[in-house]
Order: sequence, then structure tokens, then C-alpha cells
Amino acid sequence: MKFITSILLTALLGYAAPLYLPWWSFAITTFIVFIFLRQSPGKSFLAGFLGLFLLWGCNALWIDIANNHILSQKVAVILPLGGSSVLLIFLTACIGGLISGFSGLAAAYTRKK
Amino acid sequence: MKILPFSLAAIITVALIMVLDMPLPVKDSHTPRLGYFLSPQKGFWQNADPVDQELNETHAIKGLQGNANVYFDDRMVPHVYAENEHDAIFLQGYLHAKFRLWQMDFQSYAAGGRLSEIMGDSSNGTNFLKIDRFFRRLGMVSGAENSLASLESNPETKAYADAYTEGVNYYISNLKDKDIPFEYKLLNYKPEKWTNLKSVLFMKYMAFDLAGFEQDFEMTNAKSVFSKTEMAALYPYGQDSLDPIIPKGTKFAPAAFSMKPPAGADSVYFNYHSNLPQTDSLIKPDKSNGSNNWAVSGNKTKSGKPILCNDPHLGLNLPSLWFEMQISTPQMNAYGASFPGAPSIVIGFNDSCAWGFTNAMRDVRDYFEIKFKDSSKQEYWYDSAWQKTTFRNEVIHIKGKPDHIEKIPETIWGPVMYDQDYPDMLHTGKAYACHWQAQDGSNEIKTFRALDFSKNYDDYIEAMKGYECPGQNMIFACKRGDIALKQNGKFPAKWRGQGDFLMPGENDTYAWRGFIPDSANIVDHNPSRGFVSSANQLPYDTSYPYYLGGVYPVYRGYLINRYLGRMQQITVQDMEKLQTNNYNIFQEMARPILLKYIDQSALSEKEMKYLDIYIQWNLQNDAIEKGPTIEKLWWDSLMTTVYSDEFSRSSLPLPWPEKSTLLDGLLKDSTHYLFLDNTLTSSQETLQNDITSAFKKMIPVLEKADSENNLVWGKFKKSGIRHLLRIPVLSRLDLFSSGGETEINALKEFHGPSWRMIVELTDSTQAYGIYPGGQSGNPGSPYYDNFVNNWVQGKYYPLLFMKETAMKNRPGLKGTMIFKKA
Repeated sequence: MKFITSILLTALLGYAAPLYLPWWSFAITTFIVFIFLRQSPGKSFLAGFLGLFLLWGCNALWIDIANNHILSQKVAVILPLGGSSVLLIFLTACIGGLISGFSGLAAAYTRKK
Repeated sequence: MKILPFSLAAIITVALIMVLDMPLPVKDSHTPRLGYFLSPQKGFWQNADPVDQELNETHAIKGLQGNANVYFDDRMVPHVYAENEHDAIFLQGYLHAKFRLWQMDFQSYAAGGRLSEIMGDSSNGTNFLKIDRFFRRLGMVSGAENSLASLESNPETKAYADAYTEGVNYYISNLKDKDIPFEYKLLNYKPEKWTNLKSVLFMKYMAFDLAGFEQDFEMTNAKSVFSKTEMAALYPYGQDSLDPIIPKGTKFAPAAFSMKPPAGADSVYFNYHSNLPQTDSLIKPDKSNGSNNWAVSGNKTKSGKPILCNDPHLGLNLPSLWFEMQISTPQMNAYGASFPGAPSIVIGFNDSCAWGFTNAMRDVRDYFEIKFKDSSKQEYWYDSAWQKTTFRNEVIHIKGKPDHIEKIPETIWGPVMYDQDYPDMLHTGKAYACHWQAQDGSNEIKTFRALDFSKNYDDYIEAMKGYECPGQNMIFACKRGDIALKQNGKFPAKWRGQGDFLMPGENDTYAWRGFIPDSANIVDHNPSRGFVSSANQLPYDTSYPYYLGGVYPVYRGYLINRYLGRMQQITVQDMEKLQTNNYNIFQEMARPILLKYIDQSALSEKEMKYLDIYIQWNLQNDAIEKGPTIEKLWWDSLMTTVYSDEFSRSSLPLPWPEKSTLLDGLLKDSTHYLFLDNTLTSSQETLQNDITSAFKKMIPVLEKADSENNLVWGKFKKSGIRHLLRIPVLSRLDLFSSGGETEINALKEFHGPSWRMIVELTDSTQAYGIYPGGQSGNPGSPYYDNFVNNWVQGKYYPLLFMKETAMKNRPGLKGTMIFKKA
């Protein structure tokens, strides 16, 4: 339960913070989430990763479908990812997930013991 | 707390953020800030517009003087209905910014020599600092400042430009960070505030594109290797197949100035010797920046009303140079193509008339040699005395590097464009000041605005007054029945040959003798032949008392006049066919010679196969034909065969002769043409040898194209529309398209009809148009390039020119914007 809650909170706050703060501000909210919802380092990393992976992945997927893949197919050539929208969404989700995951991990190690 | 693992995880987190928040070097360029760029809430994903998006907005704005509404039709063309001119132009600025902010900003950076600020001093093999220095030394910025003074000294145009700038800045100041255009995110910079100067800089960029062409250094090199006879044959004045804009036989008033070359010019200026040593890359406008326009009077049309047509040929880019819109106030109601970056409808029509432009092609950019006293350049020799040089220091900011200060010496002639600090292409080691008409202040926006308001012929004449540069063939037609055409602009009065070469500058002997009086810029008004037309050919025949230096294409104009002369009962459909006509008039003249002189007995079976395709070709440059590919390669090959021996005399740049020069030469002299013999061989080559060997030499290219299935013209030509940053995936390349250089449908590789417009001036105006692009400048929008396919196929859209009451209730609108004064 704690695991699921922390994923949802990570995603929720990870969405809210960048509305007002820089794009990477979710790293701070993730850190705070795992200070309060104490879990093992492994679980903290995973939950932190999944929270942002799902948030960014779903957000990008949603936008991409509404856009009929027009822009993602172009950007996936510039970056270069062989023009694949799916790969680009995956990369997007991974980048958000990784930063958030490590931030969660750092929070987990603040435990006293 | 576990210090070590905590620190490690924390450091990785921070390091990831830092690395993903900075541009990373890749080869000669940089990535965007990847974390930011990929962030779905901030980065490029926000530019991926929903395909079914509607544009509905409501604004209350302090700067507005009344209320206004904007309706977007099914092609996303905005129709602006405002209560006054200020608000209408404010909204034009707002809409240009909303749809094209990055493009208009970028173009103003390019014009002002500021690309290094965005791109760094070099990126992907392009030396941006060198390009910036070029525009600074040419005087683009000082010229724009002069024009700004001119624009702002006129209360009407000042208010007009101010309203536009306010509108752009209203958009920018309300722009959320996540919504800034895609290219800013890609290149990692931010929009800056718009100014009237930026609008004027854009106009100067058009002046450079249209009136910046010259080849004075190349020509000077040419006279050092060619004899007088050769020069006259390679670079003739006038063309045999010329059908000028103002019909031949028109009587001209004598020149207002003496047009005799200076005494001693034969030895000082028309001197065909002297050696010059190593070459360099060039920044030049495309010399075929041309266009077609024509208007037919009511007695040649089915409706009995005039029809006006225009298609400016320019470099084709995405986002497109043009933005289509309607602007309506109680005093004015205009529709047409506008320049993102400047107020007004530029090529279009209103309730009473229609107008358009083609380029005048006149040479208004010359060089004068400057003798500095010493390398400090503090003084230069003029009028038998040392004159003080003034200096203009222009600061070029460079991304990631210290500023570069360009110290430009200014002389009586203008800025010193080339000297040891910025060497010329011939590496003469000398200093040359550039004297260019666009360095002066001028107020083109005044003319565009006045045309939008014009109601009749007199208004058209009045609107053109005071227009200076770039010189244009301004065409006009109105519902009252008038048709008219005038080559309009401020043109220097030159003697024959003046400005073809670099000129001495130690006194005013070689200076322009003044300007051609406007009365000598002749208006072709309601001519008896029932039509007026221009296609960048010479405006007058060579009996015109002033020299018309420049390079002028001849064939489109010739063909248009032939068709228009024969046509009767003309309809809009006929005009669509004419504007997209692909008949190769050049080959109509050239093919008989080629076929007469080719030695068929010397051809192999394989070679005969290609010759047969050429013989059977219908002379249409259609995409599916193979003939145009053979034609183009054969003529290019023949030009090389005939001229390359003479041109090998110099390793420095020389102006390559025009296609028409060789054809006219062969039509006139055939077997005795001056350059037929290859002077590098001991044998004596004939026309038959040249034509046959030119044919054989192109066979490998044809075979290669054939084997790759690229022999048909539409594939061989490889037409495309390139993104301004030349990023292929943001461009539309390899379009299967017809037309070509000498055809009325002048679509070359990256250059062609940038806005096709046909207006029939019936009581309720019937207008049609299309441009190669789309209304949105956003590569993430379905409206980015949605006109391209129809444009390639030669189709047109009906242009909706309606009153607000009709527009408001039109089904299929893509949005409505309501603006109120706060």
C-alpha cells in the first residue's frame, strides 16, 4: 500500500511542482515523498522511478496521440531515434524516471539506522 | 543516516539534472538541454498541437482602442475585423507572432548580422561569424537605422509600425515558457522584445535578397582574362529574344544627365588585363529571385472584368516567407500575403483593386576602390587630399565566446566592405567601399500600406511615390477596368558599363551621376494589346537612355507575352493553367540546333536510345517526362564544352554566361560562334564536335539516374522546401514536381513560386491562391505544411473575402478570437 501510495504521490507532486518551478523540480518533491513514506532503498528507487516514468510516459503518450505523432516523428529523427515515436516516449519516461528514482534513493538513505 | 550511499545517490541525482539541463556538444554542434527539451510539461511535447485544436481566445487589452474579432477559416487563415486601423495592425502583429514568432525573430537576427548570438561562431560547418560580419560590413544595420528614421518621421507609418510592434510584444509578454516555439527550445534561447527596427531589418533583408545581386568582382576578374570581343560575346547587353516589359519601340526622353563614360575610362576602367591571385566562398542572393505578374483587361476576359495574376519566385523555406490573412476596418478591407515581421498586406487585393510585384533585377550595388594612407585606415585619398575616415564599431555577440567588434571604416562612398580584415574574393589586398541603394533610408511600408487602401489608378500611382529599394515591377488592376504596370524604385543613372566592374574611388569621376527621374520609369497603363506583364526581363529595350546593369532572364517573359497575346475570353481557369505552365520555350528554340548538328552516326545504340527520348519529348517540363532531364544535362554539358577552355584561364571566380547567351550566339553565328574551338587541344573543334561530345559526356549521369529510377524530371530535379535551419526532417524534400528555370512555372531545386495568386475583379471579387507551406510556423502543427501537396500539383484554394456577418456564420471555422479594449 505504501509502495503504491508513494508512486501516486511522486507522480502527483511531480506534476504539480513544474507548473511553477523548473522542469527538474520533481526531484525535490520525490525526495520529500520518500522522507515521509519510508521504504527500503530498493523500493524507494523503484517507486520514485515508476512515479515519474508513468507520469512522463503517459503525459507524452497522451500528447502524441492527440498530435497524430506529427512532432514526435520529427524529433525522433533529430535526436536520433530512427523516427520512432515509441522510442522517444520511452526515452522521455526513462529520463524523468531516473532522476526521480535516484532522488527517492537518496531520501531512503537518510534513515537513522 | 548512511552518509556514503546517501551522498552517492544525491550526487547522481544532482549530476543527472545538471547534465540534462545543459546543451551537450555533439560534433560541431550542441544538443538541446535534454531534460528540459523532453519534459512533457515544458519541452517540445508542448509544441505538439492537438490535430483538432480550435483557436478560441478572449482578450481584454489596455492598448486597444476598440473591439475586434478574428475568425479562422478552414485553412487557418485569420480574418480580422477591427473598428480602426490601429487595432487591426495590432492584431496583425499579434497573429504573426502567434503563428510565426520564431521565424520572424530569426529572420531579423539574420538581417542584422546576429546569427552568432544564437548559433555560435560556427556550427555544422557553417561559419556564422563570417556571415554576420558580411551583413554588418554591407551596411545592413546602418541602412536599417536610416530606414527606421524615415519610417518614424512619417506619422502615419510610425503609428502603423508602432501598432504592429505593440501587437507582437503583447503576444510575447503573455507567452508562457512552455509555449515558446519549438526552435527556441531546440537551440536553447528565448524570444526577445520586438521593435520597429526589427521590422525594418526584415525589409532590408528582402532588399538584399532582391536588390543585392552583383558580380562586380567576378566581372573585374573576367576583364583581366578576356578580350573586349570575348567580353561582349560572353556578357552581352540585351538579348535577341527579349520582349521587354515596356514594349519595344517605345520612345524614351533623352537622359537627364550626360551618360558618356568618363574620359580615360578605356584605359582605367575598360582595361582587359592585369593579374590577380586565390578565391573564397561567397554570400550571394539567388540571381533568379524573380517572379511573374500579368494583368489582362476586361476586353480579353470572359467576365469582361480585369484579371490580375502574380507569383513571386523566391527561395522556398519552412516556415514560409508568407502568411495569408484578411484585414478589415471601416476604411480598408484587404486580403493577401503578408510578411511575418512587417505590417500590411504585401501582395493582395481589396474591395476595389488588386496588386502584385516582380523583381526589377537592376544592379544598385557597386564598389569603389579606397586608398588608405596607412594600415590604421584613419585617412583615405579623395579629391586630391587625405580625408578623415569615420569608424562604425558593430558588436557581434557570440554564443559561448567573447564579443567580436567589427570596426567598419566609413567613407564618402559608404562602408568599406572589403579590406585586409575582410578580404575580397579575388584577394586583391585592396580596400573597396560598397555603395548600395539599400544603405539609404527608405519607407517601403508606406507603399504597402497605401496599396492596401487604394481604390483606383490614381491611388496606385500615389502609393508608388517615394518607394526606393528593392526596385519592383508593380502591377495593378481595378474594378473600374484599369490595368497598369510600372518598374518602380530609385535607380541610379548609369552610363553603359558603369558598375559592371570595380570602380576607381579617388574622386567623383566614377560616381553615379544622379538618379533616373521618375518620369523615365514608364507606366504601361491600359495598353492597346489588352495586357501588361513582367517576368524579370529587361524593362526596356537597349535604346533606353540609361544603362540597365544586371542579369535578366528572358524566356518566361517571352512566353507569357506570346500566350497572352493570343488568348481571348480568358477565365480564372485559363490563368491557373498559365501560371502553372511547364512549356519549355528555351528548348523550342534550342532543340532544332542540337538536332541539326548532333552527329548521330557517332552515337552508340545506348546513346541513340536517350537521343530518341529527347526527340520524342513534347517539350513539357512535366514531372513524369524524361526529356527535361536530358535537356538540362545536355545544355549544361554543352556550356561546359564550349566555355570551359576559355574559363580555365583563371582560377578565380568568373561569371558563368547565361544559357541565353550561348543560345543567342548559336542562333546568330552557328558554326562560326567564337568559342567553339577547344583552345586546349591541337585539333579544330566544330559545332558538330561540341554538340556531339557534350551529348556523350552526359551519358554516365543519365545512366546512373536511369538505374536508380530517377530519370524522370520530377525525381531528377529534387525540388524541396527547406526549414530555415536546414534540418531535413523539418523540411519537405524530394517533391515530385514539374517546371524549371526557364518555364513559367519556375520551380527549381529550392526556389520557385512562393505565392500564386489570381484575382478576377468582378463586382464580387473572385480570388484564388496558394503558397508552399502552411499558416503555422510550428513543425508540430498539422497546419505547418498542409498546402504543400496541393501546391506541387498546381491546385488553388478559393480565398474567402467576406464581410464579418457572412464570415461569422460560416461553417467549419477553426476558431474565433474576441478582443476588447480594457
